[in-house]
Amino acid sequence: MNGEFTVTGAKILFRIPIFGGIAVSETIVNTWIIMALIVGLCLFLTHGMQVHARTKRQIIAEFIVNKINGMVGENMGPHFLQVGYAPLIASIMALSALCSLSGMVGVFAPTSDLSTLLGWSLLVFVLITYNKFRAGGPLGYIKGYFQPIPVLLPFNIISEFATPLSMAFRHFGNIASGTVIMGLLRWALANLSHAIFSLLPGALGRILGNIPLLQVGIPAVFSVYFDIFSSCLQAFIFCMLTMMYIGSAAEE
Amino acid sequence: MNEQLWTKAIVMGSSAIGAGLAMIAGIGPGIGEGYAVGKACEAIGRQPECKGTVQSTMLLGCAVAETTGIYGFIVALLLMFANPFIGKLN
Repeated sequence: MNGEFTVTGAKILFRIPIFGGIAVSETIVNTWIIMALIVGLCLFLTHGMQVHARTKRQIIAEFIVNKINGMVGENMGPHFLQVGYAPLIASIMALSALCSLSGMVGVFAPTSDLSTLLGWSLLVFVLITYNKFRAGGPLGYIKGYFQPIPVLLPFNIISEFATPLSMAFRHFGNIASGTVIMGLLRWALANLSHAIFSLLPGALGRILGNIPLLQVGIPAVFSVYFDIFSSCLQAFIFCMLTMMYIGSAAEE
Repeated sequence: MNEQLWTKAIVMGSSAIGAGLAMIAGIGPGIGEGYAVGKACEAIGRQPECKGTVQSTMLLGCAVAETTGIYGFIVALLLMFANPFIGKLN
């Protein structure tokens, strides 16, 4: 209880014995569990659909699809809606939100591992580059680095890589800072309740001093902001930035 | 032995000070976000019917403004829990 406060990364659960042992960490296992959850949720929401929505779950499914379609159409334009970017955005948002929220049930949140976010932002980087190629051709893509004057070439290259990196760092930093602050709060409350209840005389003080009574309820208030609000906001922002960067890459 | 201990103590202490200094980066986003939210409140006060748009734009802007603070936080986190300098001692 009076131990040191430490922050650990994802633990390695087991190793796949090929190529000299590929490490499988908590991040990968939790991500796969959450992916299975999302697939199950999709199947549950969409099975037995009718032309006119009669069940609650079909109404919820239609509401989600309409919202995402509206968001993609508004921020990226009708072309991207036809090509099929809405499912991508919806899946990133669902995965991001559920991964961050999974930290609340005590498991290691995959989004508090930088590798997850770097993977997602790599996907965004590939899509941005693809759309720049598609819009201007190879020549137009190279020309884009010499805009507005050729002297700015190094800065343009840096900003090309800074976009996905800052997206990954932003998401990671927000979720990780929430985890650290909540951990510090629980640790401080445990120590505080030990210090206070140990002052009680006799056996009562010894028993109550070892139970972190102050941990009941108080962290929940902070959890509303650091876990629920922050997780949903970061999922929304990651998707909005993805849409904006891809949309503006196609316009150039 | 004693010298090694001293070196480690100095490295750890300097890292803690560095982590504290890195978190000074939190001042900038604080001021910036406060300014953005204040302006958003003004905008909603002037045009309450635009509340939804103003709110989502403000949240997006706040998240982007936060980036520099997050960089500082990541540096502090590295210095505190994944210190690259202690490994170089031996």
